[in-house]
This record gives sequence, C-alpha cells and structure tokens, in this order.
Amino acid sequence: MGQIEWAMWANEQALASGLILITGGIVATAGHFTQWYFGAYSIVAGVFVCLLEYPRGKRKKGSTMERCGQKYMTAVVKLFGPLTRNYYIRAVLHLLLSVPAGFLLATILGTACLAIASGIYLLEMNSTHSQESVFLGSPLNPCSSVSPQTPACRNAWELLGGCRPRWAAVRGEQWTPIEPKPRERPHVGGTIKQPPSNPPPRPPAEARKKPSEEAEAAEGPSAGPQDNPIPVTDEIV
Amino acid sequence: MGNWVVNHCFSVLFLAVWLGLNVFLFVDAFLKYEKADKYYYTRKILGSTLACARASALCLNFNSMLILLPVCRNLLSFLRGTCSFCSRTLRKQLDHNLTFHKLVAYMICLHTAIHIIAHLFNFDCYSRSRQATDGSLASILSGLSHDEKKGGSWLNPIQSPNMTVEYVTFTSIAGLTGVIMTIALILMVTSATEFIRRSYFEVFWYTHHLFIFYILALGIHGIGGIVRGQTEKSMNESHPCKCAESFEMWDDHDSHCRRPEFEGHPAESWKWILAPVILYICERILRFYRSQQKVVITKVVMHPSKVLELQMNKRGFSMEVGQYIFINCPSISLLEWHPFTLTSAPEEDFFSIHIRVAGDWTENLIRAFEQQYSTIPRIEVDGPFGTASEDVFQYEVAVLVGAGIGVTPFASILKSIWYKFQCADHNLKTKKIYFYWICRETGAFSWFNDLLTSLEQEMEELGKVDFLNYRLFLTGWDSNIVGHAALNFDKATDILTGLKQKTSFGRPMWDNEFSKIATSHPKSVVGVFLCGPQTLAKSLRKCCHRYSSLDPRKVQFYFNKENF
Repeated sequence: MGQIEWAMWANEQALASGLILITGGIVATAGHFTQWYFGAYSIVAGVFVCLLEYPRGKRKKGSTMERCGQKYMTAVVKLFGPLTRNYYIRAVLHLLLSVPAGFLLATILGTACLAIASGIYLLEMNSTHSQESVFLGSPLNPCSSVSPQTPACRNAWELLGGCRPRWAAVRGEQWTPIEPKPRERPHVGGTIKQPPSNPPPRPPAEARKKPSEEAEAAEGPSAGPQDNPIPVTDEIV
Repeated sequence: MGNWVVNHCFSVLFLAVWLGLNVFLFVDAFLKYEKADKYYYTRKILGSTLACARASALCLNFNSMLILLPVCRNLLSFLRGTCSFCSRTLRKQLDHNLTFHKLVAYMICLHTAIHIIAHLFNFDCYSRSRQATDGSLASILSGLSHDEKKGGSWLNPIQSPNMTVEYVTFTSIAGLTGVIMTIALILMVTSATEFIRRSYFEVFWYTHHLFIFYILALGIHGIGGIVRGQTEKSMNESHPCKCAESFEMWDDHDSHCRRPEFEGHPAESWKWILAPVILYICERILRFYRSQQKVVITKVVMHPSKVLELQMNKRGFSMEVGQYIFINCPSISLLEWHPFTLTSAPEEDFFSIHIRVAGDWTENLIRAFEQQYSTIPRIEVDGPFGTASEDVFQYEVAVLVGAGIGVTPFASILKSIWYKFQCADHNLKTKKIYFYWICRETGAFSWFNDLLTSLEQEMEELGKVDFLNYRLFLTGWDSNIVGHAALNFDKATDILTGLKQKTSFGRPMWDNEFSKIATSHPKSVVGVFLCGPQTLAKSLRKCCHRYSSLDPRKVQFYFNKENF
C-alpha cells in the first residue's frame, strides 16, 4: 500500500468529475431548470477542471503513459508554477470549486465526485507525510536541501513550490510534467565515407588479463608492453 | 481475411445479438411508456422524458444482469469443459470474458447518463407543475394529495410546493439509492482505467468491490413506486380518452368521470439481478473452497535475477498447455489473487509457475520465500483457467514467437511438445519448430535459458538436433557486449547464454526468416504463434499474408492470435 500514488487515481477521478460537471451544467442550462445559473457556473468550472487535470503527471516510479495531445496543456499548466504543481492547493481548489455546484440537483453529482477527488489528493499528501515523519528528526534549515538556483526562501510562495522544504524533498509529492526526451538523431552512414580514425577497440579486460597471467606464470620471454600470443624468444642473450 | 472471419465471426455475432437486444429493449419500453393509456396522465406532466427514463432503466436492468456473468471464471471453465464438443474457436470466445465485461460496463455508463438526465428533466417538470397555480391538468394532477384514504393515489412525488427537488432526491429511496449507485459506478470506472489497473492493481481491486453497494442499491431502487400509472379500476371507470378533456369537472357530482387514481410501478430490478447474484455468490464460495484445498509445495527454486520457481502439487489438479492459475498468499495479503501462467507441461507430475518481481505483492512473496530459516508460506491456488493452446500441436511446422515476458507460456508448450515427441504421440503433428525469443536482456529469463539448454542436450542424445530450431534476439545491446561476442566468435557456445545457438542482436528481420522457412518447407502448413506486443502481431500478420503462397497446396502461413 505504501507505494500507491493516490494522486494518479485522484487525477482520473477529477477528470471524470470535470466531465460530469460539464454534462450536468449543460442539462441544467439547456433545460432552463430553476436556478439554472448554477448550471452555467458548473460548465465553466468543469472545463477548467478538465483542462487542469488533463495532463497526466509523471509517476515517481516507472514510466508514465501520456494522454493523447497533452503536451500543449502541459505547457500551460507549468506556467502557473506552484499553484498547479502542489497537490494541497489542487485539493483545496477542487473542494472550493465543487461547492457552488452543490446547490443544483443536476450538478450535485459533479460536486460529490470532485469532492471525492479532492479527498484522494489529500490522501496522497497524508500517506507521503506519514512516510516522512520518520525523516523529520533533524532540525535542518528548511531550505538546506535546495538546489543552487533558489538560494533562499523569501516567502511562502517559494516555500510551497520553488524552494523545496524538507518534507517534500524526499518524495516530491507534486505534479511533475512529462518532458519529451530529446531525440538523438542517429548519424547513419556518418563514418562510412571516412576511414576509421581511431585504433581498433581493445578486447575486454578478461581477455587481456589471461594471456598476460599465463605469460607471467610461464615466465614468458618478454615482459614488454605487447603481449604476444605466440612465445617469442629474444635472440640477443 | 478468411482467417479473421473464421476466428472472429462468433464474437461479431454475439456482440450483434447483445447490441440488438439492447436496442430492442430500449425501443420496446420507450414505446410502451409513450403510447400506453396507463401513463397518459403521467405523460401530461412529464412528456417524453418518462419513456426515455424507463427505457434506459430497462436496459440498465438487462446489462446489470449480464455484468456479473463474465467474471465468474469457474462457471466459464465449467462451460468450457462441458462444451468440449463445440469447436475450439467457439470455446476461445470464453477467453474474451473481460472484454465483454468492459463493454457491458460502458453500456451501463451510457444508460446511466441517459437515465439520470431524463430524471432530472422529470423532477424539474414535477417541481414546476407542483408550483403551478394555473389550474391546468398538470397542476390538478400534481395536487392529488398523498393522504388519500386508499393509501395515497398521488401522482406527483413532490408533496408540497415548498419541497425542493434536492429534498425529494435525498429523502426518497429511489433518489438516495440512485445517488449511491452512481457514485459507486463512477469510482469503479475511474479506478479501472488501464493506467491505474496496470500501475496500482490494489486500488482497482479493492475499489471494484463497491459493486456490492451498486447491486444492493439497484435491488431496492424501485421499491418506493415513484413511477406512477393509473390503476386498472380507475381506467375502467374513467378512461383518460374520455375524461382527460373534462378535467375541470372531475369533482362535480354529475360528471361520470372521477378523479383518476394511481399506483406505483413495483420494483423489478431484483428479478433481473437475482440469478446472476446467486451465481456470483456461488462462484466466490467455490473459489474459497478451492483455495482451502491443500497445496503442497514440492520444490522452491530461486533463479538468478530474482525469479522464483514454485513447483506444486494439488489433489485433482489437471492442466493443459497455455493455461494460467490464480495464487494467493494469506500471509502477505488475505484478499489478493494474482494470475500466473503455468510453466510446466501436463505430462509432468507437478505444476509450476515462475514469479518475477513486478510490484508490491510479488516482491513480498519472493522475500518471504528467500528466508531460508522460516517456514514456507502457505499458498492457495485457484484454477487452471484459459483455453488450452492445443492448436500448436496441429501444425506440421510451428513458428513460436515470444517477446519479453511473453516467453513464459512457451515454456509449457515447448516442454509438452518435447514430451509428446519423445513418446511418439500420434496427436502431435509437429515435425519442426522455429522458436524466436526476443527480449531486452536475458537476465530475468535465465530460467528459460536452462530449459532451452536441457532441451538442446536431450535432442542431441536422441539424435534429433533439428527438431527445435531457436534463435534468441537481444534488443538491448551495447558495443561492449557486441565486442565481447565478436571476440569469442569461434567458441562453441554463446558467451551470454551458454547455449549452442548464438545470440543475435537487434530485432529479427521477419522477411528473411519467413522466406527461409517458406523455402525449407515448400508444401507445409505453418502455424505462427505469438505472445507479445500488438506491433509485433501486426508485422507477423503481414508477413504471413505476404509469404503464403497463392496455391493452396504450397506453403501456407496461419497467424494465430493466441490469448495468453
């Protein structure tokens, strides 16, 4: 249970809640139900949640499958820095967003689902904190584990995202974008036209060692820089 | 193309029947509620959304009945066994049970959406007509009080104009159970996405047990009788055709039309789901009973790269090639059952599995067996499941391709073929096997290495060296390995694997392989079996088409998409 990244499930749940909020909002607005303006809010909130949650964060362990076309949204989500990276903020944001939709029956399902997603994000934070409570022994300067680019924690903003406090440093419980790896273009035929400029590769260490050991054991003729496979006798005595 | 039709015609037919039934039930219920006189007055308030909601409700009942059946794996094994006279293609459809389960789940989600949206409109209509004071038919019908002497022949569930729809939703049985069911369904679906299932199986497994709440809530969903239709008696006395127009005069003494009386539609969901629920309970009891039977671990082998081999015995256990079992280790987790392909042949007197580290549970299991001084943990086994891959034995020439972990079922197949060959089993038509093993690095499969080595030795002893022709492809190589291999070129055995067959680097060039096989066996039927990724399946299928001769008497390649 300790290795479950609840944030991944929270992400799926939040995405589904966004879609449900949009659907409920459309039904309420189109059907012109009483208090339909909550439906209009629900559509906007649903779209926002969907866009925020669409880019899947990177898993801590193992490879992560990207959602189709998520790199465009990843760029946007990254812009907001700690506001979108930190899971606490996401949890609170989802909880707050879900409240107004709870006043209309058509969107109350979206409220419940988004609140559950918020709860699962909090579960993620809880599980990682309980793991790290063991590490919270030493009274370190909170920013001592910081990377050289952010030398000091000036305010709460940096404390949350920029400068990584000790309780986030170990597990990194935040949303990390999936960066595309730079493709190394294979230089096909690059060396074909020119003759090799380096000498041929030397055989691996084991192959090199054995003949020289045998040579030493048999008290071979020459102990020079070259190991001769065939014993060579020096004419000069 | 012909191959595809033969393999898939039964699934296509089955899905067509299922979709057809869904459409039929929807349309039938829709027309019933849209046309029947019994619901005339209800329709006056609600409109067509009543019929929409009831039609989707019927489809939901139908699909909720179906959804439990594909996951009763013991029941499916029983069907597979009793229908042994049926063709293998038919029985193989039972292997697609989980695909069907997912399709039915998607249909349930779709109909849930339709049902909820229709009921939202219904509740809004009810609310408006309750609050209306214009004396219209709708408002009079809504005014039918809930305190009639006959126990309430009301129509509108919203009892007073002050009552909000939210209040009715959360205080009526139908509304509350509806909310519970929908939330359970949503949680089940979000935790069952492929990504979550493959990465965090426990989240999926435990959350999916919310289906218990879904089924219970579904059973009592209709108890409140919130869908109202006119009673028989009332229809006889004051039929809507005659009396609907004169609704202002219902209360007059001399009018021959009286106020209509309504009764609730009885709950019928439980009738649909009772049988599957009983079957599923029996399935779980059977799984528990089978798991309690004693499993004797006869041998534990710890292979390099942390691969654990368990050889076991269980009374009454009989397996076939390509099948899998579920195992449970109570000391690690009481409720988790994990599937593993059997790696032993049916001819052996034990059954074995090879377990690699792939997550929490497997890691804990291997660690538990590594402790040499504590008692061996108890193992429970359920199975075997899956259609046997008997087709392999029917081809004169068999091309077996295993990629990565996909090599595991071939352990069983190769061993079995070897046993059959030794005993000159007449059922074995195979004269030659080409085995291709593709993996990134052989570390995790060095146990398979040992199997190939022993097969090599046995074949040499029997003097049948050319029965099994295998090639190993390492796709994760670097210049160090290649340099080393080049240096030891003239050694008899391969330096990486110790096998007589030299390792090749990179991916196989299928065109070369297929053309070689086609020229060596110009008149044979060649069966190609793959256990590996989809992309490889595509390229192999293409090669099969390309190298199959147009003349049916000459070489023919058949690609078998085995479901391992």
